[in-house]
Amino acid sequence: MRYETERTRRRGHADTATDTLARGLGIFSIALGIAEVVAPRALARALGMKGQEGLIAGYGVREIATGIGILASKDPTPWIWGRVAGDGLDLATLATALEGRNPKKGNVGIAMAAVAGVTALDVYCAQTLSRETTHPLPPMQDYSDRTGYPGGIEQSHGAARDFEVPRDFRAPEAMRPYTQPQAPQRPTPSM
Amino acid sequence: MKALVWHGTTDIRCDSVPDPQIEHPRDAIIKVTSCAICGSDLHLYDHFMPGMKSGDIMGHESMGEVVEVGPEAKGKLKVGDRVVIPFTIICGECDQCKRGNFSVCERTNRNGHIAAKAFGHTTAGLFGYTHLTGGYPGGQAEYLRVPFADATHIKVPSTLSDEQLLFLSDIFPTGWQAAVQCDIEPTDTVAIWGAGPVGQMAIRSAILLGAKQVIAIDRVPERLDMARAGGAITINFDEESVIERLNELTNGKGPEKCIDSVGMEAHAAGTVDAMYDRVKQATMMETDRPHVLREMAYVCRPAGTLSVPGVYGGLLDKIPFGAIMNKGLTIRTGQTHVNRWTDDLLRRIEEGQIDPSFVITHTVGLDEGPDMYKIFRDKQDGCIKVVLKP
Ligand SMILES: NC(=O)c1ccc[n+]([C@@H]2O[C@H](COP(=O)([O-])OP(=O)(O)OC[C@H]3O[C@@H](n4cnc5c(N)ncnc54)[C@H](O)[C@@H]3O)[C@@H](O)[C@H]2O)c1
Ligand SMILES: [Zn+2]
Ligand SMILES: [Zn+2]
Repeated sequence: MRYETERTRRRGHADTATDTLARGLGIFSIALGIAEVVAPRALARALGMKGQEGLIAGYGVREIATGIGILASKDPTPWIWGRVAGDGLDLATLATALEGRNPKKGNVGIAMAAVAGVTALDVYCAQTLSRETTHPLPPMQDYSDRTGYPGGIEQSHGAARDFEVPRDFRAPEAMRPYTQPQAPQRPTPSM
Repeated sequence: MKALVWHGTTDIRCDSVPDPQIEHPRDAIIKVTSCAICGSDLHLYDHFMPGMKSGDIMGHESMGEVVEVGPEAKGKLKVGDRVVIPFTIICGECDQCKRGNFSVCERTNRNGHIAAKAFGHTTAGLFGYTHLTGGYPGGQAEYLRVPFADATHIKVPSTLSDEQLLFLSDIFPTGWQAAVQCDIEPTDTVAIWGAGPVGQMAIRSAILLGAKQVIAIDRVPERLDMARAGGAITINFDEESVIERLNELTNGKGPEKCIDSVGMEAHAAGTVDAMYDRVKQATMMETDRPHVLREMAYVCRPAGTLSVPGVYGGLLDKIPFGAIMNKGLTIRTGQTHVNRWTDDLLRRIEEGQIDPSFVITHTVGLDEGPDMYKIFRDKQDGCIKVVLKP
């Protein structure tokens, strides 16, 4: 679990939203990995990558390992960065399937778009987690009772209206009508 | 004695130094019972303000007990008197002192010729604040020599605590003068940039003087919290557009009175939204440090007032003087004429209108001072005001 930093509105709060996203990515990793391990042949066929079944199954093992890492570790951050690296590998591998005369190019394109979408989520999640702290910030000092008014604010508000502002500190007389909209006794200045 | 000594940028140490001596018949020596670190000290700590020399003793917010009095100060002070020492050293006799313009006293700056070269005229001598203002050793120390002591003191009663009285030396009158400079009307909205100690005092002063609405702008959550406790509506400039929110809160008209209690080390907002860009265009600004002055000039209601207690040292770039001139704004600024206000403010503390001790968040010994400079500068641990007990 990571915590929001000083500079956010929810300073010091556990960032459960990003934590949930990380878990989601972990489960997704495992699900995709199982598909790759169990049905490498079907996948290879769909992508026009015959002969690469072994590679696909290998990637599946990687996905499962990363997924378990995310779900089992205390701090998923390095594992999510691992997913980002894996995404890169997946995209590079898929890109090779675009070369030559692959009749399933359309499917490869769809797969690449899907991986790119997940990559964006992975990067977002990893960056957010890296920015945050591993330990909750100490609770913010509570100064809501530091009014400074021993008798309460109602009693102090305007208590110094008796103070006579010295002449050299007064606002210029000519400016007053402009800053006091409610002073009807003053002539409206004409241009 | 022990004292906090400046050695260079962000290098302040608690050193052993010689005890101060009476050097002039008008001097007095006080044993410091409490002193504080001020935002102005941070400009020296960060070395934004030129004119410090290695070995200078810091501090200009001190109080204590008189332990020695020079022959010419004897009529006004005696050993055992409890006094708060204003940060401005005053002669009490020159033309400016007679008018109550104590921070521009013509006589107390012994390096007046240097100040005159920089500013055209001399200004008052200040404790622990660069050789431009006299190079007088400061009061973050066990003992303090007070020059012109017959005038430079505020006598205080034994019925109130150090914590309630200490800030008469600087930040309370500074926040007060900032508000008085606004000549507050009961219909006024007063917007205050910076919720540091000076801003906190300005908020309370504006409330005491009866402002309709007080708005505080900062980005440190604890400081905004304390500002709300004082009766202010708050704007976090990291999260919201200051200009937009101020206009919203004033029916699009802008605040009548604006106070800059940030000074030369202002930070620009991190969120760059459309409104902010409009200001940027209108004022041709770059993200430089008189950021607050620019923002105030832009948002202030025409014919309003800009009050600037925040300290500036030299030349500022890209000040939108066109906005200031065409909107007919009044600018009032200056180091605080502390003694001009302290009798009145002491009475208000005694009457319970205000208790300035609310602002203290940390109290430590002198030897922890160097660490506290850093904590205060970085606003760690909810630090707002540090009191040191020598
Ligand atoms: N005129 C005088 O006689 C006098 C006396 C005392 C202090 N001062 C000056 O007053 C200023 C404030 O002193 P302090 O002790 O409160 O210092 P401080 O450094 O604790 O407070 C400054 C506050 O301004 C905030 N800030 C920074 N950039 C901002 C922005 N763009 N908008 C809004 N807020 C911003 C900071 O977060 C901080 O909370 C300093 O410049 C100090 O030198 C002047
Ligand atoms: Zn100060
Ligand atoms: Zn004088």
